[in-house]
Amino acid sequence: MILLKLFFEFFKVGLFSVGGGLATVPFLQNMGMATGWFTDADLTTMIAVAESTPGPIGVNMATYVGYEAAGIAGSVIATLGLVTPSILVILIIAGFLQKFRTSKTVNDVFYGLRPASTALVAAAGLRVAASIYVSITGVGWNGVSVNWLALAIGVAVFAAMRIKKLSKLHPIVFIALAAVMGMILKL
Amino acid sequence: MNIYLDLFLTFARVGACTFGGGYAMLPILQREVVEKKGWATEEELADYFAIGQCTPGVIAVNTATFIGYKYKGVLGGILTTLGVVAPSVLIITLIAAFLSSFADIPLVGHALAGVSACVVAMIASSVIKLGKSSLKDAVTVGIFLVVLLLSLWLKLSPVALVVGAGVVGWAARRLCGGKAGEAK
Repeated sequence: MILLKLFFEFFKVGLFSVGGGLATVPFLQNMGMATGWFTDADLTTMIAVAESTPGPIGVNMATYVGYEAAGIAGSVIATLGLVTPSILVILIIAGFLQKFRTSKTVNDVFYGLRPASTALVAAAGLRVAASIYVSITGVGWNGVSVNWLALAIGVAVFAAMRIKKLSKLHPIVFIALAAVMGMILKL
Repeated sequence: MNIYLDLFLTFARVGACTFGGGYAMLPILQREVVEKKGWATEEELADYFAIGQCTPGVIAVNTATFIGYKYKGVLGGILTTLGVVAPSVLIITLIAAFLSSFADIPLVGHALAGVSACVVAMIASSVIKLGKSSLKDAVTVGIFLVVLLLSLWLKLSPVALVVGAGVVGWAARRLCGGKAGEAK
């Protein structure tokens, strides 16, 4: 019974959270209060773990909450609940697009949509960059401190990825190197 | 290799290599799906990302479903989704069961700070790749700049921005007699 409830609760989260990852957090807060499966403090731990392990954050959250509520079966069921609305909605849209792929209107809409998609990724990147490279410790310009070590790693990775030979390396190589650098430099 | 197994395993690899959510998945997708497998083009990836951001659910899952469906129909869409979530389910279950203080280990914190510093650079590199295929003329560059500013300053929702940009793109093409952006 708890499995059914888990599936249904996460189905709702998947259906109503738009914009990925941390958009699921407000829903999870409500869920914790309503079901007693976890407290707000548990949720903070879960967010930290979800952000620090591979995989989409929303999926990591669902797996964690599911496990806390009902063990391994719970983690699988909660994740399936979360992704079911995505699969349904996207399959409908993708089917529609395939049917109208040659339509001029669809093409014209995508002509405007692609630069917007690029801009949204750029904006997300800039927000993440600001939160990682810069920290506000006080008021005014004196209160802004730049994390030079982190910035140096970022610039080095970016430069390396622009070099033709190195750009052929899998991104995970850069991620692993950066993790080692972080441990050595105690970032 | 069986194509369905290939879809599942490729997306499992994408899931395992993604740190920090949907946007961080883009460089891995460009690598595995566009460059290595040729299952989608840069343009299609931009399309899927745009739609994935304004439809319900996790962006990474939405994008995975899209690519799987385009390549191998409904079963493809389901398998890519299961693939992208499989590493999460495995890793998180193990951590929840044995290592609940995982995020408090200092060494983990340092490693993650390094990873975050690197992920930003990877996103920047992906944006350049996407830009090469999506910014083709004055209209598209304009849409890019306006959406970027509106998103950063006014924090408008992606849904409104994507829908607005689609309408502007459509109108621009109509007004220019369908010539804009067709110089391929």
